[in-house]
Amino acid sequence: MSIDHDVRSPHESIIELDESLRLEEFSEPVAAPSTTLPRLALAEEPEEPPKVVVGISRDDVLTIAGAAVSGLSVGVVLSLVLGVVPVGWMFFVSYLWFVAIYTTLVFLRDRGPAVRDRFWTVMLSSAGVVVVATLGLVIGFTLLSGQEVFAQAFDPSSGQAIWERFHFLTLDMGGVGPLAALKDGGILHAIVGTLIQIGVALAITVPLGITTALFLAEVRGKFARFVRTIVEAMTALPSVVAGLFIYAAIIVGITHEFNGFAASLAITVLMLPIMIRSSDVVLRLVPGNLREAGLALGASQWSVVWRVVLPTVRSGLTTAIILATAHGIGETAPVLLTAGVTSNLNINPFSGPMTSLPLAALEFVKNSQNTMKARGFATAAVLLVLVLVLFLIARKIGGQEPGKLTPVQRAKLGQRSRATAARMARNSQRAAADRTISPPGGEPAPAHAEPDPHPQSPSQQSTGDKI
Amino acid sequence: MTETTAIAPRLTAQPSYPEDGSDAAAPRALKYVIERADRTFRGVARGGGLIVLTIMVLVGLYLTINAVQAVSAVGIVEFVTETAWSPETNRFGVAALLTGTVLIALVAIVISLPLALGMSLFITEITAGGFQRFMRSVIDLMAAVPSVVFGLWGLAFLQPAIVPFSRWLSTWFGWIPIFAVDGVDPTNPLPNTSLFTSSTFIAGLVVAMMVIPIMSSLMIESFSRAPIGEREGAYALGATRWGMIRSVVLPFGKGGVIGGTMLGLGRALGETIAIYLIISPIFDINPHILQRGANSIAAHIALRYGEANSFSMSALMAAGLALFVLTMVINFTASTVIARSRSGAESEG
Repeated sequence: MSIDHDVRSPHESIIELDESLRLEEFSEPVAAPSTTLPRLALAEEPEEPPKVVVGISRDDVLTIAGAAVSGLSVGVVLSLVLGVVPVGWMFFVSYLWFVAIYTTLVFLRDRGPAVRDRFWTVMLSSAGVVVVATLGLVIGFTLLSGQEVFAQAFDPSSGQAIWERFHFLTLDMGGVGPLAALKDGGILHAIVGTLIQIGVALAITVPLGITTALFLAEVRGKFARFVRTIVEAMTALPSVVAGLFIYAAIIVGITHEFNGFAASLAITVLMLPIMIRSSDVVLRLVPGNLREAGLALGASQWSVVWRVVLPTVRSGLTTAIILATAHGIGETAPVLLTAGVTSNLNINPFSGPMTSLPLAALEFVKNSQNTMKARGFATAAVLLVLVLVLFLIARKIGGQEPGKLTPVQRAKLGQRSRATAARMARNSQRAAADRTISPPGGEPAPAHAEPDPHPQSPSQQSTGDKI
Repeated sequence: MTETTAIAPRLTAQPSYPEDGSDAAAPRALKYVIERADRTFRGVARGGGLIVLTIMVLVGLYLTINAVQAVSAVGIVEFVTETAWSPETNRFGVAALLTGTVLIALVAIVISLPLALGMSLFITEITAGGFQRFMRSVIDLMAAVPSVVFGLWGLAFLQPAIVPFSRWLSTWFGWIPIFAVDGVDPTNPLPNTSLFTSSTFIAGLVVAMMVIPIMSSLMIESFSRAPIGEREGAYALGATRWGMIRSVVLPFGKGGVIGGTMLGLGRALGETIAIYLIISPIFDINPHILQRGANSIAAHIALRYGEANSFSMSALMAAGLALFVLTMVINFTASTVIARSRSGAESEG
């Protein structure tokens, strides 16, 4: 919190007090109550470089560029021109040649350790590139393979009105056979099913998860440590086992039919540990001196948790919730075992099968018709977009450390503090005025005291003093 | 005179806290006076913990109780050694399922370990600043991509792309037993590619992509805790970056690497939908990872859960229990390894 900065340099912050709000100098030696204002134009503290950063020289850049060009050329010559290696292997050959040439170039100039260093730097960077590229491929492929379905929304030649062209998101598959053309049917039932299931799951997970995380991080003790171990084990619970448990316990045992609520419970079992662990991590990042400050002011533990700890980690908890939601939405196996498959819209989670997005994608793809497969990929694309959006929101909210404020939050806090300062100034003036008026001696009021339109009763004054 | 010596400039920065063994820098333990509101709060929080604990114990107990019927019908030994799965004729066991599961998970770990390790070192040691934060988000995003998306990608994109590589591998390295493929004729100019689809290898590849983020995030956490003093010490002694990584970061983060790998293994064992989409199930122990036909407990459960009969349900429960026990054992081992290691020492508490 910016309060932190101010505690370290109280004088600076007083200097930056808005001139109009500066407390009047009082004639009597009354200690003027004051509050510390957050500085508005707070310069970001320059971050210390956390570790030695190994730079890269122009020589290195040229060597890498040269080796890359050489590698690419060799790949192209061997595969496209000479045809010695298949085209699919071109990049692999190029890469091998690049590594060989680069290592040789470094070897010509440097000695053993430097050569090993450059070689491993290339290897580590390659691992990073491979992983990121694979993720890019997965996302790109999924979004692209849904295009057959989405393209019609922007195809005026189909003769459908503009709102009808978005049928994929606004209709269900009721009455649409496997041979129907792509311009019929949609996944409304799956979207609604996903929203209901995740909504119910969140309604259980969020309160229970945060309570448990508070238990682990704030109450502590032997039992809390035991629960933490169990929660960690629960993170590894195979999703299909959770689904099997709910299937056997709820569907076979109680309801005797697939329903959305059972799916929500299965998702809850899987989301809970994610939620608890990430909230626990966030809660443990709250600086101990914030808690101590609360306790030192005489607050109870519950007040400290409610007024200090939870507001401090609000963004972190939001991120935890959103990330858990993103994981929960994508769960397929437990939903497969509990939700049942339907092509009709069902908005009652307690009766009848209720398909969700991942399940719909799975069922579409298992069909042998190409149009159904296309629908499956489009459904997966919708699901992926949903997860991506949730993820981006989570990043946006949770990008800050606990207690670090965004400019908007800081401005709000400053506004509140200024209001407090103004109120304190008024109160102390009133107090000064009262002191001069109320004593039985009846001294004249000081000239700078404002005439008070509302005569004060002692009780009002006492509430005013409590800032 | 004495004053001038007192204000002689210090030659080195001194820590502002007492260092002589009195550990004043350690955080104080907070003590609370417990009020009524606090008692309620603690009670509610404890209740939350209790509910979560109950759910977990319930899952384990329920599986065990339901599995007893099936396992006692055939006996534990047969249940573990039988490869077929037909509860109707009282011949079923997890031997083929379990080896299939472990094979897929092992393939996934062999592929993902170097990638995850390299990725983690790349993020913590080579990247910095904004790019580093971006790469960390990429890891988190990868963990959030639904498994059905990975499964579809593996089925429709990776499988056609990787079959030529499988064929190449079996042609040149077929003399190594696990790479052998029965019934393949390398001299056939029009090879039968369907022999190479739906294999353990392809399922393992997809699962590898799914466990990389889990492994990486733990490794990154432990690598980034390597003390700056030791890093700079290594540089000061003339180490290159790789030398520093080898002598400081890797030994320090060893616990994180082992723990992360085991967590990834646990996740790989339990992965369902991606495997379900890719493999074509067989009930034999198939050590030829490139050859069509594989199986896993999780995919098997997803395939067979609809069987009406309560006895076959019990048999599935037994298979689920086997998977549950396996992942729990691996997970507890992993958390012990992490907690005992140097990089994980501060994380507890």
